[in-house]
Amino acid sequence: MALITFREERCKGCRLCTTVCPKNLVVMSGQINDMGYHPASVLEMEKCTGCALCAMICPDLVIEVQREVKAV
Amino acid sequence: MRKVFSRPVSLKDVPFHYCPGCNHGIAHRLIAEVIDELNIQDNTIGVAPVGCSVFTMDYFDIDMFQASHGRAPAVATGIKRVLPDRVVFTYQGDGDLAAIGTGEFVHAAARGENITLIFINNAVYGMTGGQMAPTTLIGQKTKTSPQGRKHEVNGYPIKVCEMLPPLEGTAYVARVAVHKPKSIIQAKKAIKKAFEVQIKGLGFSLVEVLSACPTNWGLSPIEAVTWLEENMIPYYPLGEFKTPTAGVI
Repeated sequence: MALITFREERCKGCRLCTTVCPKNLVVMSGQINDMGYHPASVLEMEKCTGCALCAMICPDLVIEVQREVKAV
Repeated sequence: MRKVFSRPVSLKDVPFHYCPGCNHGIAHRLIAEVIDELNIQDNTIGVAPVGCSVFTMDYFDIDMFQASHGRAPAVATGIKRVLPDRVVFTYQGDGDLAAIGTGEFVHAAARGENITLIFINNAVYGMTGGQMAPTTLIGQKTKTSPQGRKHEVNGYPIKVCEMLPPLEGTAYVARVAVHKPKSIIQAKKAIKKAFEVQIKGLGFSLVEVLSACPTNWGLSPIEAVTWLEENMIPYYPLGEFKTPTAGVI
């Protein structure tokens, strides 16, 4: 169970995040943000594992990742 | 649910001015994460270069200084000698460090100054519009080498990491890349190690970060990271070129 949030107003539409998702969940939105780019988004959030690879490669820190963490 | 990835505290919450897909943002984030993890935000002074990253003082939430073109290692030397308890690093591109600043970084290394240099190598002059840099690859097309760089005319690209280890003052020299998640993890480890070398007072440390410049390479961001992997890494191999005596870290 994971939740990733995109600050869509900061996304420059470089698409690097779409190349690293192991489940190919990250897609570019059909909408256009204030800067004129198509921001990245995830449609099938229930399939996301919260691996954070998309956040790791994002040059503009658009993505924030939350997930269930097992108590140690 | 717990946050497992969010903006580091040492990075101000402002948008970067960099082009889409520019790897500067990843390098900024890694440095800020290392500063957070080492808990040195109040104790760190950064020196910004001239180039695309000239406005880094707007992004890092630490004390910053902006040096003249290429002179960041000399400025960092002064800061470190006056305030030896601070962690001092420079953030320089290849046009700044490897061209006009060659004398500064070589002599800072030879003196064994206890500072850290983060060297962003994208094989091109970014801010001025994509001219040939000393690190431009043979055959690479730029604004000033439209037929591709020729070694007969333009010489060979400078391999900064390979030229530093013989200098006795250097303690840690490594080359990393930020074009895919695995490399980004290794890059962060190298940057952290370089800061730790400085905190332990072992000497000069430099981390070269291979970085993509989609705009001036004339490629899409995705094509650019592929180009980096296929062309830059074979010429600029990744790895640690010099580490402090085994067992120190």
